[in-house]
Amino acid sequence: MAAAGRIVAETIDHTAAHLEPGITTGELDRIAEDFIRSRGGVPTSKGYRGYPAAICISPNDVVVHGIPGRHVVGEGDLITIDVGVTLDGYIADSAYTFAVGDVDDESRRLLDVGREALAAGIAQARPGNRVGDISAAVQRLVEEAGFSVVRSLVGHGVGRSYHEDPHIPNFGDPGRGPLLSEGMTIAIEPMITAGGPDVYVHADDWTIATEDNSLSCHFEHTVAVTAGGPRILTASGVREPSLLS
Amino acid sequence: MPVKEEKIEVEGEVVEALPSTMFRVQLDGGHSVLATISGKMRKHYIRILPGDRVKVELSPYDLNRGRITYRHR
Repeated sequence: MAAAGRIVAETIDHTAAHLEPGITTGELDRIAEDFIRSRGGVPTSKGYRGYPAAICISPNDVVVHGIPGRHVVGEGDLITIDVGVTLDGYIADSAYTFAVGDVDDESRRLLDVGREALAAGIAQARPGNRVGDISAAVQRLVEEAGFSVVRSLVGHGVGRSYHEDPHIPNFGDPGRGPLLSEGMTIAIEPMITAGGPDVYVHADDWTIATEDNSLSCHFEHTVAVTAGGPRILTASGVREPSLLS
Repeated sequence: MPVKEEKIEVEGEVVEALPSTMFRVQLDGGHSVLATISGKMRKHYIRILPGDRVKVELSPYDLNRGRITYRHR
């Protein structure tokens, strides 16, 4: 799984390197798919429950599951790239929200809080803790910053399948929920909005966006729960060198 | 790719209209929830008034908040 995780991290880096005003999300998807396959992996999302593309690219008020297509990336966009890779039967899943060019201070703050929330959640991923400890850590950090946590989408176990038990909400009470134990591999993915927590599904039955059109961000890592602490399998030396184990 | 939480669909009657297009809805099951209006309904300017029977979506993790997705005739 660590190998799959490395490909996921590199795919996000490689795709983001092409993020500039003028490129379409469809082209980015092709770039990502080519890269994943060139490393011997398979894009997990393609064909998953009918999903039509290799990765999810979600701009601005789209929280998750943005289908790559004709959307042209523009200056000031917040673009979330969510990649899943299957390698030798194991799956890794990660996501990152990038700011294209110059964005305002509030947007930068949203991204900073998103990253910190993920870090806070990951720090709780230790044997003996419960899922609720992760959930509460994320929620506390996000809401103290004045942002909202999306409730209808949750993180999940991951391994031989894309979505396994347990569900890992980004809100909840500490000390509640399933017990985390050594060997578990989970995808922690805070999805936060600058406005309210409510989201709705577009007519394409996939794209999920904020009801109040507020900006959203999404950061995700696949984490292995080990006796020595959380091990981030999808860490990127390019984006977050301090997280490399 | 995140998992979509299974949402619970319930029916109820709108008890009062609150500021910011929020509504208090008395669910058929008993308790009342704070509900917002769905984006689709906003888009089509569908108005909701106290006394309306509505369909409400709830997340299993947050049973006190809901989203009104349909207003019955």
